[in-house]
Amino acid sequence: MNPLTPVNPATVSSPRTDDHAAGGEPFLQVRDLSVRFATEDGPVQAVDGLSFSLERGRTLGIVGESGSGKSVTSLAVLGLHDRARTSVDGSIRLEGAELVGADEARLRGLRGSRMAMVFQDALTALSPYYSVGDQIAETYRRHTRCSRRAAGERAVQMLSLVGIPSPQRRAKDYPHQFSGGMRQRVMIAMALCCDPDLLIADEPTTALDVTVQAQILELLAEVQQEFRTSIVLITHDLGVIAGIADDVLVMYAGRSVEHGSVAEVLTAPRHPYTMGLLASVPRLSSAVDVPLKPVPGSPPSLLAVPGGCAFHPRCQARDLLPDDLCSSRRPALVAEDARDGRDGGDGHAAACHLGTAERVAFARRTVEPSESNDTRRIQGTNR
Amino acid sequence: MLRFLIRRTLSAALILLVVSAVTYLLFFALPSDPALLACGKQCTPQLLATIRHNMGIDAPVPVQYWHFLVGVFAGRNFGAASCPAPCLGYSFVNGRPVLQTLLNRFPATASVALGAAVLVLTFGVGAGMIAALRRGRAADKVAMGLALVGASMQIYFFGIVVRYVFVDQLAWLPLPGYTSPGASLTGWAGGMLLPWITLAVVNVATYARFTRSSMLESLSEEYVRAVRAKGLGPWGVYVKHAWRGAMTPIVTMFGIDLGLFLGGALITETTFNIPGIGKLAVDSVADSDLPMMMGTVLAASTAMVLVNIAVDACYAVIDPRVRAL
Amino acid sequence: MTQPSSAPSPTASSATAAHATAAQAPDASEPASAEPLLQAVGLTKHFPVPGTGLWPARRDARPVLRAVDGIDLTLHTGESLGVVGESGCGKSTAGRLLTRLLEPTSGVLRYQGVDITHASRRELAPVRSQIQMVFQDPYASLNPRQTVGEIVSTPLEVHRINPHGGRRARVLELLETVGLSPEHYNRFPHEFSGGQRQRVGIARALALEPKVIVADEPVSALDVSIQAQVVNLLQRLRRDLGIAFVFIAHDLAVVRHFSQRVAVMYLGKVVETAPRDALYRAPQHPYTQALLSAVPEPDPPSGERLDVGAGRIRLTGDVPSPLDPPSGCRFRTRCPRAQDLCAREEPLPRTPDGAEPGHLAACHFPGVN
Repeated sequence: MNPLTPVNPATVSSPRTDDHAAGGEPFLQVRDLSVRFATEDGPVQAVDGLSFSLERGRTLGIVGESGSGKSVTSLAVLGLHDRARTSVDGSIRLEGAELVGADEARLRGLRGSRMAMVFQDALTALSPYYSVGDQIAETYRRHTRCSRRAAGERAVQMLSLVGIPSPQRRAKDYPHQFSGGMRQRVMIAMALCCDPDLLIADEPTTALDVTVQAQILELLAEVQQEFRTSIVLITHDLGVIAGIADDVLVMYAGRSVEHGSVAEVLTAPRHPYTMGLLASVPRLSSAVDVPLKPVPGSPPSLLAVPGGCAFHPRCQARDLLPDDLCSSRRPALVAEDARDGRDGGDGHAAACHLGTAERVAFARRTVEPSESNDTRRIQGTNR
Repeated sequence: MLRFLIRRTLSAALILLVVSAVTYLLFFALPSDPALLACGKQCTPQLLATIRHNMGIDAPVPVQYWHFLVGVFAGRNFGAASCPAPCLGYSFVNGRPVLQTLLNRFPATASVALGAAVLVLTFGVGAGMIAALRRGRAADKVAMGLALVGASMQIYFFGIVVRYVFVDQLAWLPLPGYTSPGASLTGWAGGMLLPWITLAVVNVATYARFTRSSMLESLSEEYVRAVRAKGLGPWGVYVKHAWRGAMTPIVTMFGIDLGLFLGGALITETTFNIPGIGKLAVDSVADSDLPMMMGTVLAASTAMVLVNIAVDACYAVIDPRVRAL
Repeated sequence: MTQPSSAPSPTASSATAAHATAAQAPDASEPASAEPLLQAVGLTKHFPVPGTGLWPARRDARPVLRAVDGIDLTLHTGESLGVVGESGCGKSTAGRLLTRLLEPTSGVLRYQGVDITHASRRELAPVRSQIQMVFQDPYASLNPRQTVGEIVSTPLEVHRINPHGGRRARVLELLETVGLSPEHYNRFPHEFSGGQRQRVGIARALALEPKVIVADEPVSALDVSIQAQVVNLLQRLRRDLGIAFVFIAHDLAVVRHFSQRVAVMYLGKVVETAPRDALYRAPQHPYTQALLSAVPEPDPPSGERLDVGAGRIRLTGDVPSPLDPPSGCRFRTRCPRAQDLCAREEPLPRTPDGAEPGHLAACHFPGVN
């Protein structure tokens, strides 16, 4: 891979503020974000009261399964949702400037320049009809109003930055002429061409093979170190989170169920869902002759989110709590230290009714092998 | 590209060969005997045989077809009448080589076809784009409602009504007919106006609906969302990117329609009495003029095949992925 | 071949073992357990590619996509064989060859000692019922207009099987086996979650009481929390019903969990085969080592965040095109150990020094890193 060559931020005309200009407010702050939209089958609350913040040069991983609202969140931040049928409430502030309700022209000015997006599948996210050089140059020209030639040169520079061999020649090629990994590099080059402060990567490596995935994650980490880019990385893969994120937000049914530093959340998870996810994934080092410990049931449909704690029908810790607590009261996302009345703490928060003692008891239980429906012996004569 | 064109031209020639063979077999296996018709009332067996020989229909059908093929490249004689090199047959009804008549009639057909095509594309694609971008709103519903009405129109009904109202009663439009644009440009355009409008109204509907669904599909593509994520405005999103993706199926349909129009818009030409290839086809059927019928069929298939080559070339221009093939 | 127990002597080279097994196959005195259930020798599938020339190319000059290019695989009764590799390595094509959904271009495929490489449709009918397939996408592989009951009973109808107690009873029994309930019988696929749909696909595969199930990425389309459910189900079917599995996947951790032996594929070739523990503990082929070190695991080291590149064998570049694979060893273009020999000569599978018997690596310079 080519070494990262610094690019001159002065070539980007969009106004830039100093890191601390906003006066102590986090670089990106999302508060109480809710996204609702109408579907043919009824209204759906895809994101429900989500809050997080992100500092310069840090990476936040958002983990969730299908329907958890993780992708909808990223679209809402960029204002890319279908405005006619979606309502977004709450607040998204980028360096103190409110994005929820901002007019489309202002958002257009920010998209691609201050905040950029890397999509999951570069084959569908790059237009098949224009060369990759043209597509990168198009973005650059949109935000800098420079000459066609300068934009073309910038495109080649960006392709070389992300490690595409012979960038001058490859800039004239079309997306279908690239391999999967190279295409994802092109996508990243396009997102980075205006030197954005915020990069939202939605499952950027899911479509790639493991060996290529490692290359792409490494590229993102290098880019971040070089440009102090803030990254929101959306994924279903806890392994990817472990490799690249500083903080992690676990989403379930549109809600944030656990939030904390990667080390904290992955080594000492506090929500039964996070515990279940971590326990269900086989490792290269885990015991092989015991059954895996799956989370029972399936993720809920957003059309019928269970009442109370959305996870309660699948939760294996429910028997530790009073009968109808989990199904009737929705737990708030609070740091454990805060709930116990202690100050300080690490900000590791979970939305669960379990107290510390019950949680420890449950965590011990999940380590032991369990008997689920799929591990019981098959009864009767099947053959 | 050159290799592509050569390959397509060769396959086009093959297609035309097959079409001519099939039409030849079909038409000349018909029970009607053109010689008997030409022989008239005082027919004698000798006269009939002579006419048969002159028409070239005394040989077995495969041999006749061979003579036809030879005629295409070398020309041939039908009795005293001569039919020079690209000879597609000789009409004994009007006493001229078929090709000559076809060429005479082609400008009228081309005028109808190209004018209508321009109108169809402009209004059909325009209405479809507006409907797609205003999906679910009033503009969409009005455009699609009108499209539905248009699509349910029939040329022979709609054309005659329009003619009665706007030409015969209100006299807002000139009488339809064909004047050579060389002779009088205004006369040409005036005479074509009614056929153009009629043919367009009926087809605009299809294009509007097709453009709408194709645009909606294109707008839902991930790359269109990615273009928005780059900060591009409506022109970049809708025209440069979404429309580019929506074009391919419309070009396909347009190719088929243009091919059909150029092969002679039978009903339109008959309804408005335009002396084009479509009218010629209808008349030759009425006259039992077999060589002319075959000529019109061949003309129609040639138009279709040529337009298709053009469409394939368009694909390569629109979509770089096709160029590799 | 690749199974130590089938080789007459543990020190015999793989080639002799192959010949020995092949020679012994028809021998009736051989104990039944030694005969592989399913065996592929030099199995190859080349797909013709449409030419771009003016005229069709000559037969021998026609471009072909070498999807699977001479692989040896052996599956014994009740065993689970994992096949791993990245996209385009030919693992799915291999699965379709093993189930004879595709006809091999060359090589030999034997089922219970009978050559079925080029068996006709009719000859295959009895074999088809014994080798079933489970597909990756439970959304695409179930007919949306059929109820679950109809889907699962289709194989019984096709093979004109009338089980004792009737088809309906048998289907209900199958639904129970895969963890669905009787009221699911009259529902349609769209009413189910991904995991449940995959269970329906598995019930359909079980309907004919197969001896072998080839599962092509059976869990990769499912949510993370659901994958373990399906893996456990398949595990239970193997254990309790004695079904042998070919488990095709790209996820090395899942394959490790499920398989007793593992074959690693790269660009149409099997580059390494070994008993599970040997392969994961002491991989010999540099590609296997790179694959293993690229697997992201959800365990951060205590304290600071992970350095992404730390301790990894990082492969550069991408997999070459199967239309024009590299000469010699196909992995050499990305291999950290590549030398001149690798370009000249194709490495044959052999047991490297110090590796345990049955561990084969197709590499000129094998070795534990």
